Amino acid sequence: MTFFSNPLNLVTLFPLVGVLVILFFKQEQKKEIRWTALIVSLITFGISIWVLTLFDSGDPDLQLVINLPWIEIASWTISYQMGVDGLSILLVLLTAFLTPISLLSTWTAVEERVKDFMIFFLLLEVGMMGVFLAQDLFLFYVFWEFTLVPMYFLIGIWGGPQRMYAAVKFFLYTMAGSVLMLLAILWLGIYQGSFSVPDLTILGGIPAQVQLWLFLAFGAAFAIKVPMWPLHSWLPDAHVEAPTAGSVILAGVLLKMGTYGFLRFNIPLFPQAAVKLAPWMALLSVIGILYGAAVSYYQRDVKKLVAYSSVSHLGFVMLGLFALNQQGIQGGILQMINHGISTGALFLLVGIIYERRHTREMDDFGGLWKVMPVYGALTLVVTLSSMGLPGLNGFAGEFPILLGAFGSEAIGSSWYAGFATLGVILAAVYLLYMFQKLFLGPLDKDENKAVKDLTVRELITIVPLVILIFWIGLYPKPFFTLMAPAVEKLLTVIQAASLALY
Amino acid sequence: MLLSEAITQGPEFFSLAPWIIFFPVIGLLINMSFGGRMKERTIGILASSASGLAFVTSALLAISLLAHPEGAILPLAEWISIGDLQLNWSIRVDTLSTTMMLVVSGVGTLIHIYAIGYMHEDVRFKGDPGRYQRFFVFFNLFIATMMILVSADNYLMLFVGWEGVGLCSYLLIGVWYDRDLLGRPGTENALAGSKAFIANRIGDFGFLMAGFTMFWTFRTVTFSGVFAQVSQIAEIQPGAILAITLFMLLGVAGKSAQLPLFVWLPDAMAGPTPVSALIHAATMVTAGVYLVARSAPLFSAVPEAQAWVAWVGGITALFAATIAVGQHDLKKVLAYSTISQLGFMIAAVGMGAYVAGMFHLVTHAFFKALLFLSGGSVILGIERGHHHLDHENHHDEEVFDPGDMRLMGGLRKKMPVTFLVFTVGAVALAGIPPLAGFFSKDEILAEAFHLNFPVYILLAIAAFFTAFYMGRQVWLVFFGDPRHPAADHAEESPPVITTPLIVLAGLATLGGILNLPWVHTFTHWLEHTFETFHLHLHPGKFNLLIAIISTALAVLAIFLAWLLYGRKPLLKNQADPLKKILGPIFTGMNRKWYVDEAYDHLFINRYIDLARFLSIKVDWDFWHDWFHDRVIVAAYRQGARILAGPIDLGIIDGIANGLAKFFQAVANRFRKLQTGYVRNYALAVFAGVVVLLGYLILQ
Repeated sequence: MTFFSNPLNLVTLFPLVGVLVILFFKQEQKKEIRWTALIVSLITFGISIWVLTLFDSGDPDLQLVINLPWIEIASWTISYQMGVDGLSILLVLLTAFLTPISLLSTWTAVEERVKDFMIFFLLLEVGMMGVFLAQDLFLFYVFWEFTLVPMYFLIGIWGGPQRMYAAVKFFLYTMAGSVLMLLAILWLGIYQGSFSVPDLTILGGIPAQVQLWLFLAFGAAFAIKVPMWPLHSWLPDAHVEAPTAGSVILAGVLLKMGTYGFLRFNIPLFPQAAVKLAPWMALLSVIGILYGAAVSYYQRDVKKLVAYSSVSHLGFVMLGLFALNQQGIQGGILQMINHGISTGALFLLVGIIYERRHTREMDDFGGLWKVMPVYGALTLVVTLSSMGLPGLNGFAGEFPILLGAFGSEAIGSSWYAGFATLGVILAAVYLLYMFQKLFLGPLDKDENKAVKDLTVRELITIVPLVILIFWIGLYPKPFFTLMAPAVEKLLTVIQAASLALY
Repeated sequence: MLLSEAITQGPEFFSLAPWIIFFPVIGLLINMSFGGRMKERTIGILASSASGLAFVTSALLAISLLAHPEGAILPLAEWISIGDLQLNWSIRVDTLSTTMMLVVSGVGTLIHIYAIGYMHEDVRFKGDPGRYQRFFVFFNLFIATMMILVSADNYLMLFVGWEGVGLCSYLLIGVWYDRDLLGRPGTENALAGSKAFIANRIGDFGFLMAGFTMFWTFRTVTFSGVFAQVSQIAEIQPGAILAITLFMLLGVAGKSAQLPLFVWLPDAMAGPTPVSALIHAATMVTAGVYLVARSAPLFSAVPEAQAWVAWVGGITALFAATIAVGQHDLKKVLAYSTISQLGFMIAAVGMGAYVAGMFHLVTHAFFKALLFLSGGSVILGIERGHHHLDHENHHDEEVFDPGDMRLMGGLRKKMPVTFLVFTVGAVALAGIPPLAGFFSKDEILAEAFHLNFPVYILLAIAAFFTAFYMGRQVWLVFFGDPRHPAADHAEESPPVITTPLIVLAGLATLGGILNLPWVHTFTHWLEHTFETFHLHLHPGKFNLLIAIISTALAVLAIFLAWLLYGRKPLLKNQADPLKKILGPIFTGMNRKWYVDEAYDHLFINRYIDLARFLSIKVDWDFWHDWFHDRVIVAAYRQGARILAGPIDLGIIDGIANGLAKFFQAVANRFRKLQTGYVRNYALAVFAGVVVLLGYLILQ
């Protein structure tokens, strides 16, 4: 298979075609630039569907692999190795799916420097795809760091009043974690003699004590990205300041890079450490769930509320992953997708009202359902999905997570799941509060009386997400089928490690 | 059983079962998509037909069960399957589920028809006809989710319906989401909806925990899978079953408004009367009773859990009955009465008297729906009168509460049909023979007498209060002279409203036939389901003594009510005569024993304080502003200074300068950086990496 006909390369690098084309436009040709970006991202989505058709859901191993020697220094080989398996296929699809939606949401929201914006956005897509597909640690690290740059500028240029502060904070926070990861990568390269993730997984044999340190080093980078409590402090700043499309991608995909990192690297490469640290990871997750929920409730800015709710929701994902059993991990993977859909949709919805009213203070609203019935109904569905109403997608992820954590041998106690389940109550509290402040009550502010309901373009951005919310909620089977063999394979690694430990 | 023998080879319609869900879903989809362009009446008729077709389907299922009492299970699709967690969309048709289907769709259809008339007027009094469509969409959604609840074949599908009906309750309480209880602009209705949802979520927490424990104990959550293993597990892990049942009890307390979670139901009366009748009286709130009856094998395996359930039911029955005595609002009396009657049912199923509990569930659905709907007819009648006044007298701007019984009186002449049917409902609820309530309540009392005597005492006293507050209500509303001009001008409701009332009055009168003592039709009907799980129902013995005691108590209570409210009818602006007698106790009853205030003080305000503390002090001041923006930044700067100074090696310097230039260029290009620190940070980080890299390579 030659380099460019590999579907994984294509799905990763195709957005660059858009970048090249857009470079030839003038800054003023906004319409052409927007359409180019949108069409390129739609084609990328098409390619990701093609990848899906090539994907054999019965095969637990990496598929569509491309492996080329890249850099050779002394005895180490850094290879350009890409591959997809059940752990990453859904995230690839999610990235390709959310990018065009985000781009479409900027149609009227981004008027300044459209050219730069679209270039950064497409570059970001390249980075995200690379992160989910790279199977060489060094290559992964390159993509990982690469995503920082476009996001930094997206926040720093098109953000809110405090954008520079937020952008710098975002950048430094993530960098700080990455450094430790880089060191761990180098250690692996030197002492294990390979950067290839599949090779390293098979090789194993890292002493338990060393695993612990490596786990923590990788974990630092990922925990900041997730973000796990108490490393979440950059998130509200970044979300509040980021433009809508930036928030959608940040919450929808970038945070998943953290949870995915744990799943792809920490658990299979350092399984003994993962088993040992599972209760601690669970503890941090549960604190994050409850803390994020309580803090969300006290926010006055809708966007901040949604930002903190991510801390809570990703706590669920992490709890599921570190249940280290099939229900927990599969639920966790599905919940990554669910969070991308629901929270992505919430940010889109917040962006829509912000565009109309130029405020996000909940006290400035009330009774919007009367003037925006379609917007209200769609927000209700998304809100319910976010609070895990059975029959919608959130529940299909949350339930297996909590069930898995409840019976997890690695976590070792049902108390964690018990407390996490309290988060289900608290989620209803802050989300219903948000819905009530925005949509219910009397329509008593004059500024709100004339706002228009959704336009066709806005509907096109939201409706696909709502369809997925129902689809995953009612019939998640195709999604679980995609990941099941890969998760079962991961479980054999974990079981071997538990046996070695105890 | 003669009927079933006659048609043993009778027809079998089990495959139609999914339509009990599909019909209302189709109805709501059509109304949602095209309702905006349809006539009001068309919307109502369509929704009612959807519910009516669900009833026809349920009836066909019931007929099939006569010939094939073993029922059927219809798997529809896989839902969530991960490892040994296998959850399916699968419908269970047996005599228990079909009983619920019949009640839900039967009473539901009558209330749909009633609502055609009721909402027509309600949206006009409140001045927003657009709400009509919304109401019927949600109303059909409720039927659909309730059908999912009662037809589920496993606990998780049941939970879908369980939370689904909660959502519909939330939406329907808040149909007038922009008003307060009196129809003025406000948030009261919206808040009542949220309160219902959250109280139910606390119960759902229990349900979920029960589900987790169940799965890890039984490795399945299907009814048959769990029940088949109960006796075996009860030997080795009785604690697990106890945990499951007690967690489930928390869920039941939420959904069926029992102590300590009952507080949402009175507030839920903010919804239009058809909602109160269908959801908050006849069907949804009885889901907890159904759940316990459905889980009979589990509860029967742990007597300790049964005792808990029975006590919760018994105490709630009495507690709520005392509050009902002190209410001035017509619907609030009925709301507390509902909580109290649900307590009777919960106590019954808790004691293992599953048939008695289910029987009371059915008759209660008849007479309580009847009471709510005729109460709604009263309120409409008064609103008509008030409207009439408004037209005569435009400057009449006083705040008027059409549900306040202190402003009613004398309505038996103005609204004779409503008066008649309401009285039938009241007498049925009071437990006077031979109306439906007598038979079902008496069966519970007779069972309690044998099974749990202390709870019997609680229930008997509650029954006394029941008869008293119903007597009080009838006299306050319908007798004496009107205490407000609106009541004086009240008008009787049109046939679309009164017809369903008459049908329900018939059911409330004759409902006892379902399970007459010595015949036990209903017991035999339900036996088929319980025997599948090796539970043998003993037909409740009719105990003449207990019947006489309860009837005597009821008559005495009604007599007392007559003494206080009937002999000398309440006059305009006169205080409630009970208040003179009971003083602060009456105030306590009226203020529902300050439970809401206590919860506010103990839990809700504490949570708000905690959220404030966490978000402002901990998250923002400490983590965000101090730890991250001060400590970490200071550390960075320090690091940068050290690296830029002593360890200023040639290579690093070169790279660092290059990087610094790069970042400077980038920064200048895009926006002058606020602080310029980014250069230093990046420099520090990169320099550090290079140092360590070098160390590792050279090592």
